[in-house]
Amino acid sequence: MGLQRYVPVLVLAALVAAVERGVALAGAGYYLTQLIMAAYYCLVAAGLCLLMGHAGQISLGHAGFFALGGYTSAALTTHNLLAHAAEPWARCLQACGVLSEWQNVYGVKVLSVAPWAAFAAAVALALAVAFAIGVPIIRLRGHYLAMATLGFGVIIYRIAAGTDALGRSDGIAEVPPFALAAGLAVGGATALRVFNYYVAWGLVVLGAFVIVNLTGSRIGRALASIHGNEAAANALGVDTARCKVHAFVVSAVFAAVAGSFLTHYNGSIGPSEASVMKSVRYVAIVAAGGMANLWGVLLMGAALNFLSLRGVFGTYDDAVFGVILIAVMLFAPRGLLSRSQLRALRGFLGRRLHAGRAA
Amino acid sequence: MPGALLETHALSRRFGGLQAVQEASIAVAAGSITALIGPNGAGKSTLFNLIAGSVAPDAGRVVFDGRDITGAAPHAVAALGIGRTFQTTRLFAHMTVLENVMVGRHVRSRAGCIAGMLNLPSTWREERRIREKAAAVLEGLDLGGDVREVAGTLPFGVQRLVEFARALAAEPRLLLLDEPAAGLNLHETAALGRLIERIRSQGITVLVVEHDMSLVMDISDEVIVLDQGRVLTAGAPVEIQKNPDVIRVYLGDDHA
Repeated sequence: MGLQRYVPVLVLAALVAAVERGVALAGAGYYLTQLIMAAYYCLVAAGLCLLMGHAGQISLGHAGFFALGGYTSAALTTHNLLAHAAEPWARCLQACGVLSEWQNVYGVKVLSVAPWAAFAAAVALALAVAFAIGVPIIRLRGHYLAMATLGFGVIIYRIAAGTDALGRSDGIAEVPPFALAAGLAVGGATALRVFNYYVAWGLVVLGAFVIVNLTGSRIGRALASIHGNEAAANALGVDTARCKVHAFVVSAVFAAVAGSFLTHYNGSIGPSEASVMKSVRYVAIVAAGGMANLWGVLLMGAALNFLSLRGVFGTYDDAVFGVILIAVMLFAPRGLLSRSQLRALRGFLGRRLHAGRAA
Repeated sequence: MPGALLETHALSRRFGGLQAVQEASIAVAAGSITALIGPNGAGKSTLFNLIAGSVAPDAGRVVFDGRDITGAAPHAVAALGIGRTFQTTRLFAHMTVLENVMVGRHVRSRAGCIAGMLNLPSTWREERRIREKAAAVLEGLDLGGDVREVAGTLPFGVQRLVEFARALAAEPRLLLLDEPAAGLNLHETAALGRLIERIRSQGITVLVVEHDMSLVMDISDEVIVLDQGRVLTAGAPVEIQKNPDVIRVYLGDDHA
């Protein structure tokens, strides 16, 4: 049990590159747009996989954390501080690179928080909020935790949809690209599509690497033990509340990072990103992917989001995810691509093959 | 009591209309095997839970090694060096035997969430030590062949041993055993007695709740008798066997 646990991470990285090459060869570069967006939704699902699959806790409020990240980035990078440009604090912050000056699509000069600083603020805010609400609610179990996180999601949605500074139901548009290197930025420019594809999926690979590390570590074992038998874990010195809060916070940060990046890529964010249906969608993806099976979750996340973003589900978009969740809960409550399901399938196919050979 | 590793002072706990434990004061000598006996409903398990922190007392104190641990959370009690097993075995059924025992090393290791996510060199070095120690504990209980088995699939007797291994991996100073012989056959019970004595010889104090009287009389240095939540008496096994109060509690007034 050493480096072999990284093999799936490398396979994922290779797959990511192969898909990009395949799309390029097929001359279907326009698919990349949806693949990029799907990657960020996959990042949310990956964090939720840690929380649901490994820690055994549910959250119906992860769209809230996604929106928290996205709206923080959007609000800070678009709020024009040009009127204060001459003041000493503004000049000082501009000298440090925290504030940056740019021109929006209408040619208006804007002085606002630089994307990297806004990103840091988004992550910090998600961290703080996840801690603040995680500490009291993670003690709740089952339905009660689901309801509490659902309530959090609804609150974030109402704030997003009801605050003038956040554009109410219009959301925030004209979010500037997030420059990562000279000429390379997270943004919607067609010329940067391939770069953005690798940034988005690179983050997913990085997220997978972090989750593989964590689940194979002392804390990951502690989380699994909580999932197995909380009283016994407690008696062995596992501070169960603390471990669960940590898993909750980590998964919230995953969502906020995804929200921040996708907002820069899209150049906008609206309250629908915070809606409860989005949260349900993430839960459905994790359930369909097999709860603790990160690779299944990423596969489902990529496939379902890609299809959804291509408009394959039409007006039934939300309904499809609802049906998936109901079906998984009915027929495979431990998740569709879960280890036990896969083992059963392998056993079944093995028997079939054997019978075929014998006959 | 001088030399006591664990003491309770007038510990009480009520559940609704039931006074489960009433002003129970016991002392467990360091390095001893102390048995806690009594008829069903005498409050043995509640007293255990009060010591382990999984139930909070209404009144009274718990003192471990001179430190007041009354009302401390179970994980904090475990971190201080009190390990326990449960009446019904509570393994992490979906994890392997080795992983179960590795969780036992939790209090003896440090890597936190961030170190775990980054898998720093210090983290994987610690991880290797956890693995080695867990394997050694399993080897010591002759479970070396089962390390890769999924715990939930093992026979009952083996599961109980794995639970022992898991508790021992934490290197506790005091081990609380809740009816360890329940469900074991004669042969397994005899082996269990030898195992408990071996654990004590490693310097671990043992407090055991047990119904199997031959096992209790065989291995205990001191026997504490509970009845209806109160401490009836305490003493060496031979004294307890002759005590008319104890006989009355167990067999009824006619036999006293």
